[in-house]
Amino acid sequence: MTRRFAVAGLVALTLAAGCARAPVSVPVLPDPGYSGLGSAQDPLGAPANVTGGTLPGSNVGDTVLFTVDETSLRPDAIGTLDAQVGWLMQNPAQRVEIQGHADERGTREYNLALGSGRASSVRNYLVSRGVPDDRVSIITFGRERPIATCADESCWSQNRRAVTAAVGGPGV
Amino acid sequence: MVNRIRRNLVLGVPAAALVARAHAGAAQEPLRIEITEGVIEPMPFAVPGFVPDSPDAAEMAGRIGQVVTDDLVGTGLFREVPRAAHIGTVSNFEAPVEYADWRAINAQALITGAVGVSGDSVVVRFRLWDVFAQAPLGEGLQFEGPREAWRRLAHKVADAVYARLTGEGAYFDSRIAYVAESGPKQARIKRLAVMDYDGANSQMLTDGGSLVLAPRISNSARQILFTSYQAGAPEVFLMAAEGGRTEVLEEVGGMTFAPRFSPDGTRAVFSAAEGGATDIYVTELGARTLVRLTRSSAIDTAPCFSPEGDRIVFESDRGGTQQLYVMDAGGGEPARISFGDGRYATPVWSPRGDLVAFTKIVGGRFHIGVMRLDGSEEKLLTSSFLDEGPTWAPNGRVLMFFRESPGEEGGPKLYTVDITGRNLRMVPTEGFASDPSWSGLLV
Repeated sequence: MTRRFAVAGLVALTLAAGCARAPVSVPVLPDPGYSGLGSAQDPLGAPANVTGGTLPGSNVGDTVLFTVDETSLRPDAIGTLDAQVGWLMQNPAQRVEIQGHADERGTREYNLALGSGRASSVRNYLVSRGVPDDRVSIITFGRERPIATCADESCWSQNRRAVTAAVGGPGV
Repeated sequence: MVNRIRRNLVLGVPAAALVARAHAGAAQEPLRIEITEGVIEPMPFAVPGFVPDSPDAAEMAGRIGQVVTDDLVGTGLFREVPRAAHIGTVSNFEAPVEYADWRAINAQALITGAVGVSGDSVVVRFRLWDVFAQAPLGEGLQFEGPREAWRRLAHKVADAVYARLTGEGAYFDSRIAYVAESGPKQARIKRLAVMDYDGANSQMLTDGGSLVLAPRISNSARQILFTSYQAGAPEVFLMAAEGGRTEVLEEVGGMTFAPRFSPDGTRAVFSAAEGGATDIYVTELGARTLVRLTRSSAIDTAPCFSPEGDRIVFESDRGGTQQLYVMDAGGGEPARISFGDGRYATPVWSPRGDLVAFTKIVGGRFHIGVMRLDGSEEKLLTSSFLDEGPTWAPNGRVLMFFRESPGEEGGPKLYTVDITGRNLRMVPTEGFASDPSWSGLLV
């Protein structure tokens, strides 16, 4: 955990010193509170208990979670995404695909759109932190690929996610 | 006394054939079941065994008579007086009807038929009788087709009976495109499939190697639009309903999904996600003249044409939550039509033009509902953990949708429900099935 934030800090410094790119507006959900039942998220904004894997050859989490019907990044996603930025900087030949997902409590086609919006939010954040946009593609799976299958909020909250998957590049 | 067989309808398979337009008005007040909002008493009818023209037609006669009966009983509007209760039998299709025999068992309608086979061809003749008026109801009809199309011949007979007794349009001779599902919930295998309206004659069109979603069959049942992950990200593809050639509908530069044909099959609407926004596009098939219809930062999706093809109903969360909107088919400012509690999605315009069916999510439950085009007279027909994706029968009287059971072992099955909310029935499919799309009446 400590290492992830250290990497993120380094990247932020590099950006501030070396990049003149126009600022990219990345909406971050202002209110981390979630009104759903039995939320997996700590009300104080501590990182939720995220199910998911890590990026290859690292302990950088590949998954961030979203609030119901929201595509904006939650504050507890930023640490993970900054670590992903660091990983991308350390692996400059590596491309990633951001896979947007939704829970099963919305209609199929709406959820495809929602998953696209979530993946897009992650891509926009990574690009805003200096990752070249041609290294980041997005795809939506809507509610088609749940990671948790129970029929209550403890699973639905895990399925509202965006997963950063390494594609192509050298086998890291 | 016996009315002559006036029309000889030859049924082609699978595509071309003749149109079955039967029965100019009968002279007497016709036997009629009125479909109303109230509880109805199913009309009792009798189907004495269809008479085989020759011994080798006996099995086919039995099967056709059974499908006719199943079609009618399946509507919930008719009740079969069982064969065991019959007093009379019909062994000669041309013999005068002994009305007293059928009146005695209180059968109001009587369907007599005969079946002949020769080579690969099957011929079905039938007559419908008003038992208490002691008169034929409409003309006798004859349908002819290849042996493998025998179920279609039966559906044509049942359609004619249904139309004469209800005054409504027919719908049994129609096809459904759907998604056949198998495998674990986290890695579901989905295959594009088509079947008859009653679940018979199902046929897989894709092998399950790629995730496929939400097929939409054209009214003619000849083409299917569907969303596939075969090229990586989801894209809308167009294919012939008999299988075969598959092509990308349009290259938009984003992920595309939620397609639907115009009623005449010449255009398609769909939505494309570009980043956080999802907008609606229309294209002319063949000409490929892509036009973007909405430009919002919201999610605009699930578009569906009006029966005349001049307007489009769709869902959008531009007002904060998913709601239904109607716009001109050429675009323009949409007007919101749904104002109740909860969220509204997947609108489909009735082929009769009078209603929109939708999925409604409220109070943690999913419903199938209908409302008028101005949002009035909303009526929820079903309720469950997950009911979604209504599609209209060709006559605008019945909706098919899918109902998904919750949890790890859960999965979807197809159901039909009458627009009065009665007669909820599961449509038999081999495994899990979702995303039904109902064609028009076949010709």
